[in-house]
Amino acid sequence: MEYASPRSLDEAIGLLSQAGVDARPMAGGTDLLVQLRTGARRPELLVDLKQIPGLCGIDCGSQGFRIGAAVSGAEIGECLPLREAWPGVVEAAELIGSTQIQGRASLGGNLCNASPAADSVPALIAAGAVCTLIGPAGRREVPVDDIVRGPGETALGEAEIIVDFRLPRPQDGTGDAYQRMIPRTEMDIAIVGAGVSVRVAESGECLACRVALGAVAARPIRVDEAAAALMGRRPDSEALEELAARASAAADPIDDKRGTRAYRTRVAGVLARRAAEEALRRAGDRWAARSQSS
Amino acid sequence: MSEKSTEGRPLKWVGTRPVRPDGVEKVTGRARYGADFARPDMLWGHVLRSPHAHARIRRIDVRRALELDGVKAIVTGDDLPEIASEQAFVGEEPTDYRMLSQNVLARGKVGYVGHAVAAVAATTSAVAEEALRLIEVDYEILPHVLDVLSATADDAPLVHDDLCDRKGVKKNPSNIANEIEMGHGDPEAAFTNADVVVDRSFTTQAVHQGYIEPHACLAEAGPDGQVTIWCSSQGQFMVRGYTAKLLGLDLAQVRVVPAEIGGGFGGKTTVYLEPLAVALSQRSGRPVKMVMSREEVFRATGPASATRIRVKIGATKEGQFLAGEAWLDYEAGAFPGSSVAAGSMTIFAPYAFEHARSHGRDILVNKPKSAAYRAPGAPMAAFAVESVVDDLARQLEIDPIDLRLQNAAREGVQSSFGPRYKRIGFVETLQAAQEHPHYDAPLQPNQGRGVAAGMWFNAGLQSSAAVMVNADGSVSVISGNPDIGGSRASLAMMAAEEFGIEYEKVGVRIGDTASVGYNDVTGGSRVTLATGKMVVEASQEVISQLCERAAKVWDVDVKRVHWADGKAKVLDDEAIEPLGLAEIATGAARTGGPIQAIASGSVRGVGMSFGVHLCDVEVDPETGKVDVIRYTAFQDAGRAIHPSYVEGQIQGGAAQGIGWALNEEYVFDDSGRLENSGFLDYRMPVASDLPMIDAVIIEVPNPDHPYGVRGVGEAPIVPPIPAVVNALRAATGVCFSDLPVSPPRVLEALDAVS
Repeated sequence: MEYASPRSLDEAIGLLSQAGVDARPMAGGTDLLVQLRTGARRPELLVDLKQIPGLCGIDCGSQGFRIGAAVSGAEIGECLPLREAWPGVVEAAELIGSTQIQGRASLGGNLCNASPAADSVPALIAAGAVCTLIGPAGRREVPVDDIVRGPGETALGEAEIIVDFRLPRPQDGTGDAYQRMIPRTEMDIAIVGAGVSVRVAESGECLACRVALGAVAARPIRVDEAAAALMGRRPDSEALEELAARASAAADPIDDKRGTRAYRTRVAGVLARRAAEEALRRAGDRWAARSQSS
Repeated sequence: MSEKSTEGRPLKWVGTRPVRPDGVEKVTGRARYGADFARPDMLWGHVLRSPHAHARIRRIDVRRALELDGVKAIVTGDDLPEIASEQAFVGEEPTDYRMLSQNVLARGKVGYVGHAVAAVAATTSAVAEEALRLIEVDYEILPHVLDVLSATADDAPLVHDDLCDRKGVKKNPSNIANEIEMGHGDPEAAFTNADVVVDRSFTTQAVHQGYIEPHACLAEAGPDGQVTIWCSSQGQFMVRGYTAKLLGLDLAQVRVVPAEIGGGFGGKTTVYLEPLAVALSQRSGRPVKMVMSREEVFRATGPASATRIRVKIGATKEGQFLAGEAWLDYEAGAFPGSSVAAGSMTIFAPYAFEHARSHGRDILVNKPKSAAYRAPGAPMAAFAVESVVDDLARQLEIDPIDLRLQNAAREGVQSSFGPRYKRIGFVETLQAAQEHPHYDAPLQPNQGRGVAAGMWFNAGLQSSAAVMVNADGSVSVISGNPDIGGSRASLAMMAAEEFGIEYEKVGVRIGDTASVGYNDVTGGSRVTLATGKMVVEASQEVISQLCERAAKVWDVDVKRVHWADGKAKVLDDEAIEPLGLAEIATGAARTGGPIQAIASGSVRGVGMSFGVHLCDVEVDPETGKVDVIRYTAFQDAGRAIHPSYVEGQIQGGAAQGIGWALNEEYVFDDSGRLENSGFLDYRMPVASDLPMIDAVIIEVPNPDHPYGVRGVGEAPIVPPIPAVVNALRAATGVCFSDLPVSPPRVLEALDAVS
């Protein structure tokens, strides 16, 4: 096995194109190295993406945020403007692995590993994140929703890599949150994950809502019918229970060593509701902060 | 040798908390564990393991593997000697040498996924692994059994069709490898006099000991037939004995050098790799190193048994226990020898019963051979019996500690397993729990408090220790027991106490099998107790020699000389300047040569340690997640030599028991393959899952130990399961009878009642 550490996107795409299916791009490597050790993957070439400037760093501009695909969870957690704007995305990114793993694990890797249970993915989908892809055919922008196709399977073309993730500056009254169920407190894989983002008017009326679930289908799913339960109304407990019921109805999980189908279905609703409650609280706090400062 | 009581004697070291002798090596990473040894020209050994739960081996073809460049030796079942059926004594779980040999390397049949089929030694680890892929095994797949119920069904496939009883007589074909019964009185008749009878059944799942260090060894067989093994285990003498037996070697041919050990919890009281590494070294003429992966540890080394237990207790309406009866079925794995005997002994042990009986069955299933796990067999039994006691307290509306106090075993009580109790501290431990502020602390909604008790024996067994006085007056102690829980510190403290010298002047080393007398394994909560007793006896013998030497120097009758404060003194003549250790040692050449003593013995009159645990849980009623929010563990330590290590044992046992209760379980697919063979999906608690475990030490001295020590290492894993489950019941009103109480199971049960 060979290891390459290209310094530019062109070089990386070139290496990946030449090696074809035998190459594997690597960011933090926190999934890939485990797969190498167990023999689940045996690539001929590892292309380390961490030395490519475009994949590193977080830009906080007036229009929004650009998060390099190889930026670690620890860096994301330390980016205060991002934490303030998209706390749900940040808390999801920070849930990936232990403190040690946090120093390496990236959003790009978490997405491309294409696990149905990836923590950051439902939060990114709920927040409306878009990723920039670059490959031999050029550059394209794709919503995070459309990247994962099934376990271990992505929409990326051959030698195509994710460069960065884009999130807008949140509008007034926006809030997001991510909730995860594991039987322990850390070092575990989500049995259910739920990301929710909302935008509410100052009156409390819900103007926009996105709900995404992890670990309850072959890929992370967006559940618009659950989001619709809040739209156009002031979300009361009845609306939130409706959201929970619709989230559970949309879940189509498997029975496995990590949890039963019945359990996952039931808890998908509970976590979607809890994430929505937290997102609404954050949205309300944002209005409150705005009225205080003005 | 005389046993001097320490009663009333002022103690300088015992009960204090000095830094452990092995502490700096461990925190700086310099300590050498099983996988840290290397020899020039060393080969790497790997094991080919069965992919089937139950299959006949028709043929093994190693030719292609042998042709691979770098492969130096391969062993299969045909290469190991056939061993006659003979009971080995491990200390905690019974083992038959013939079965042990078959577990180390399959003969004719494989009994579980992960069972060793062949071993390869090659110049690199990668070549050895590649060679495994080139070994062709022709299997005839057989139907398998994975649990007690299916294994005892009438038409169950037989795990062994040639099973013999302990006398070597062939048994009727069955998966019930052994049946035991013990107790006294006539429970059946006594139940009819009871005002209230609780009769419930429970199940527990297989769980792993979860030691952080995988099994590892390095073996070198010389051309002269001499064998050296470097490995981590719970007993270098156990490794020597088993390896020699399995390979037909003399004990004197084999030397085992103990490494530091990264946890064992009973799981390292047997061998898996060592006989294979020696066999590969004998064939290749080169040293062979073998290190298990975590996956191998899960698939091939002993879990604690999965169990089904039924318990019936009858009591008067005033709360007097009249009779108890228990039926215990424990999975042995693919070879006989579960911990069901100990489970049957401990199940009613904390209580005084006029009528008590337990019926145990050791049942073969196509899973890895079970191994000892901390108080082997007792935690599952305690789960059953302490849940039933909790039921009785509720039905009779008696405080659960009052009910236990009313029926508590105490000195003179006939135990359910035979002997009458000597002085034990169960009553004092229960009282300490009842008086503790935790017991009355307020609880919030969705929270509940559970209480549970448990006991474990202190195995005495065989121990040896050597004590030497060095020329500068420092003292060297050699122990033959691997130090798992801080025993070097406790042995050094007892020696320093005897000699009346500074703790730092005592150096304790763990000797190899050629440098100290025989010792049974580090297990059974016995080292500080039994080996400690040998260190005390050897120290006392050295002190009497020191007095003799001083008498020679002074030319006085030795009867006039006594030892105090680290010096020999003449009793009746204060004008004679006392002689210190260094002064006597420096002059030893002129008074009779080096000064040392060894002590060896079979330590009898073993003690018991009792624990009582209080556990508060909080349940998330929407997800079924259970969090332990407060935990206090009380235990009779006899006397805590080093209280920090007693507390550490209590905390560790509680943490393991909580994990066993909440989330740990082996998950098998239908083909018998373990699905969670790693720490990601085998869910042991992580540090952030648990609150600080408060440890409260009770001291009711053991009359059979010079310092009153009771072994403390195992008892603390006995009460946690029922403490957690009783707390969960208090929080939810729901009775749980099946482990683990994982979120899906809890949520399902909550839904069923609402």
